[in-house]
Amino acid sequence: MIEMNLEVNGQEQQWQVEPGETLLEALRRHHFKGPKLVCGTGDCCACTVVIGNKSVCACCLPALKADGQKVVTVEGLADEGELHPLQSAFIESAASQCGFCTPGFLMRSYSFLKNRNPAILPTELEVRKALAGNICRCTGYVKPVEAVLKTAQVLQEKAREQNG
Amino acid sequence: MDNFSVEVISTPTQEPLTVVGTSAGRVDGRGLVTGAPVYTVDYEMPGMLHARILRSPHAHARVLKVDTSHALALKGVHKVLWWQDLPQVPHTTSGVPHPEPAPYDTCALNSTVRYKGEPVALIAAESEDLAEQALKLIQVEYEVLAAVFEPTEATKPGAPQLHTQVEIKPGFKTIYDPAHNIAAHGEYEFGNVEGAFGAADLIIERHYETPTMCHCALEPHASLAFLDAYDRLNLVTSTQVPFHVRRQLARALDLPLRRVRIAKPRVGGGFGGKQEMVLEPLAGALALATRRPVRLVLPRNEEFSASRVRHAASITLRAGITRDGKITALEMRALTNTGAYASHAETVAHAIGHKTLGLYRARAYRYTGEAVYTNRPVAGAFRGYGATQGYFALESFIDELAWELKMDPLAFRRLNHTSKGGYDPMDYNGQEPGRSITSCALPECLEVGAKLIGWDKPRPANDGPIKRGLGMAICMQGSGVARMELGGATLKLNDDGSFNLLTGATDIGQGSDTVLSQIAAEALGISLENIILTSADTDLTVMDYGAYASSTTYITGMGVKRAAEDARHQILEVAAEICETDPEVLSIKQNEICGPYGKTGLTVSDIAYETLYGRHRTQIVGKGDANSKESPPPFYAQFVEVAVDTETGLVQLLRSVNVLDLGRAVNPALASGQVEGAVTMGFGYALTEELRFDDQGNVRNAGFVDYKVFSPLDMPQMQTVLIEDPDPTGPYGLKSAGEVGINGPAPAIANAIYNATGLRLRSLPMTPVRVLEGLENLVGGQ
Repeated sequence: MIEMNLEVNGQEQQWQVEPGETLLEALRRHHFKGPKLVCGTGDCCACTVVIGNKSVCACCLPALKADGQKVVTVEGLADEGELHPLQSAFIESAASQCGFCTPGFLMRSYSFLKNRNPAILPTELEVRKALAGNICRCTGYVKPVEAVLKTAQVLQEKAREQNG
Repeated sequence: MDNFSVEVISTPTQEPLTVVGTSAGRVDGRGLVTGAPVYTVDYEMPGMLHARILRSPHAHARVLKVDTSHALALKGVHKVLWWQDLPQVPHTTSGVPHPEPAPYDTCALNSTVRYKGEPVALIAAESEDLAEQALKLIQVEYEVLAAVFEPTEATKPGAPQLHTQVEIKPGFKTIYDPAHNIAAHGEYEFGNVEGAFGAADLIIERHYETPTMCHCALEPHASLAFLDAYDRLNLVTSTQVPFHVRRQLARALDLPLRRVRIAKPRVGGGFGGKQEMVLEPLAGALALATRRPVRLVLPRNEEFSASRVRHAASITLRAGITRDGKITALEMRALTNTGAYASHAETVAHAIGHKTLGLYRARAYRYTGEAVYTNRPVAGAFRGYGATQGYFALESFIDELAWELKMDPLAFRRLNHTSKGGYDPMDYNGQEPGRSITSCALPECLEVGAKLIGWDKPRPANDGPIKRGLGMAICMQGSGVARMELGGATLKLNDDGSFNLLTGATDIGQGSDTVLSQIAAEALGISLENIILTSADTDLTVMDYGAYASSTTYITGMGVKRAAEDARHQILEVAAEICETDPEVLSIKQNEICGPYGKTGLTVSDIAYETLYGRHRTQIVGKGDANSKESPPPFYAQFVEVAVDTETGLVQLLRSVNVLDLGRAVNPALASGQVEGAVTMGFGYALTEELRFDDQGNVRNAGFVDYKVFSPLDMPQMQTVLIEDPDPTGPYGLKSAGEVGINGPAPAIANAIYNATGLRLRSLPMTPVRVLEGLENLVGGQ
């Protein structure tokens, strides 16, 4: 076991991990059950978390690579119980069916939107490209893509308000 | 944003409703978007052990001896079980009602294994890593037997025989012909078949092939088993059929049924793959043997290679048609590969013809369906349930018939498809008709779809190497199985006017928790937030057959509506007593008791306080259940536009128009989501998805890289239209929506490829290799 320190959803964590343990395994072992193990090979993105500004497949990343980093999981999206606009849009657009892929879709979309200028709305194709690695077997992607586009509009309005 | 348009086209005479018909957000939405630990894989218990399965490396072998000593010597390994440790009670794993139309041909662990990957031994250890390590230490002595993989080979004399006849009990299914590996066989005739063929001007026959398909639910099969303080075996398990699993698990592990409790938490997708007892007896056996909680989760590669698949099928169609475009006779023969065990063999082989042929009017029909055992993974239920295979063949064939007559395929379908009134000729027992066609908005579906795709518009010349074409298909499904369903609920009134809706129905992602809550709220006259739903715990909820056969909204919805009407009646009785009037003049609107002249001043909560704490001292509970002698088909029209690259063979989907007649949409957003999801699965079935095997029976593509499902970038522009034409038998006029859409894409795309290039593909998936080979043959043949 090796000791590591990181921040998950704004909280300091001190973990003992196995050298070969993936970040996904370590997160789930520490009760962050939001990221899901589906393929274990980085081919479906259901385990997506955001480290710094980048979204990564936690199933393929050794936990130790996250030492000293700030990790955001789907549990960290809502702010003291208040849903992130992306989460609200996913509910309103019926973008989750079984919901097992939803944490991955949310985190990939979150990093995609976070790294953009909110004043410029993404095109549908840009959203589809951003989500190209995320597999959903239920929705046919129509409603998840719609939810991300709706969120972009909400974030644009918010940015406008903030800039007065 | 064309892509996101969901249009609902309604008839003007519809009953006005307040909760039903709204796209209310899912009642479980918050948990799903916040990453709440709601799935079986998220559950943990103190002292929980982790299980793994040792799987057979041989396609067919006797398991003579298992040496567990080395594995048990590893610290932290608690138990290793093999077939000699488990009750050898034959049963079926197919999640259908008693008595299952499936031979009892399997045990929890079998002494003869019949496919590569069949469970041989089970391990429970302190961690998943330890269980994994211990797998390698189990030594098994096999007697390897000859194996057979193709149905045509398996039925030949001298082929290895997989099963001996099962013990015969009255009312139970036997294997149709064990000597020739025929698991199930059915023949059906309606009308004078030879006479009807005799009346035809042309008789045409064609043959179609469909592949093995994987469900790929993102949540793997998972079960957590533990003994509670009453020494009862509890399972938290990812299933579509908790009540069937309770009955079958009790049998498989030789336990009294009362000792078994099945609870379904959130299920992360099923699509039929969980209409089946897959892991429950294995996790259960380990929990009984260790007296510790045991969690068993299937790794993804085992999901592909050793859970359940869609039956591969070979289908031959023969029709008699007249020069003026009428079908006189329809005949279908289907042969399916059920793999190592029968499971859903009989019912799927039956469904291929019986869910499809009745879509067209003919004087006579003949259908033969046969399912064959081979040493392949077990085939089971899969969204569409045989209809998907059947419609690829039928709707490609109908297109071929139309072109043969030089008729527009749309006009040919209009001339021959079924319509409202009458009954389904494929559901007739010889004396009386079975299900009726109680509603049918297929003409509207065709009109709307044709307009949106531009069917009648002039099509541009296809001069370059990329050829564009349009294709279409129509299909129907059921709403439950006529006469074979049971679903229901109870509604318990709480102090504040809220209700606990306890139902055995299982939400597997399709949204039944939400739509059943909407139906309950509508029938009670209360707001949606006043429904608190608990779903599927065999100790708490009334019997429900589970999520399959497109039954839940129709059947359980009917039961929920009855339960709500029962509760409403009880509330109004009490209210009438207080108001000194007749209950008949009272109603509930937005949680308030209303009389003929408006509000009475009483709320549902007032009635709750009165009954719970006032003079009455009684608990109002509404109960309702339902079955149906009808199974009104939802009708569906699929239109697609494709671009075929004749140099690479790649088929690109450009547009998809999906038009569904669903009677009434309880929740248009969820209903259209069902269509979009089913259609997308259908795209994969059409173009990319096939589980492939080598000649030893090994799966060659057990992962998402090599087994290609559609991604966000593969999607065409998609438009979905819901046509509301209330069905007289459905609660609020609704019919089903969950499955029918998967049947459309494969034939519509095949027909569009033909329209674009003149190439007729009769095997799925329609890969670039098949397109290129076909185009070469087309040129060579000219």
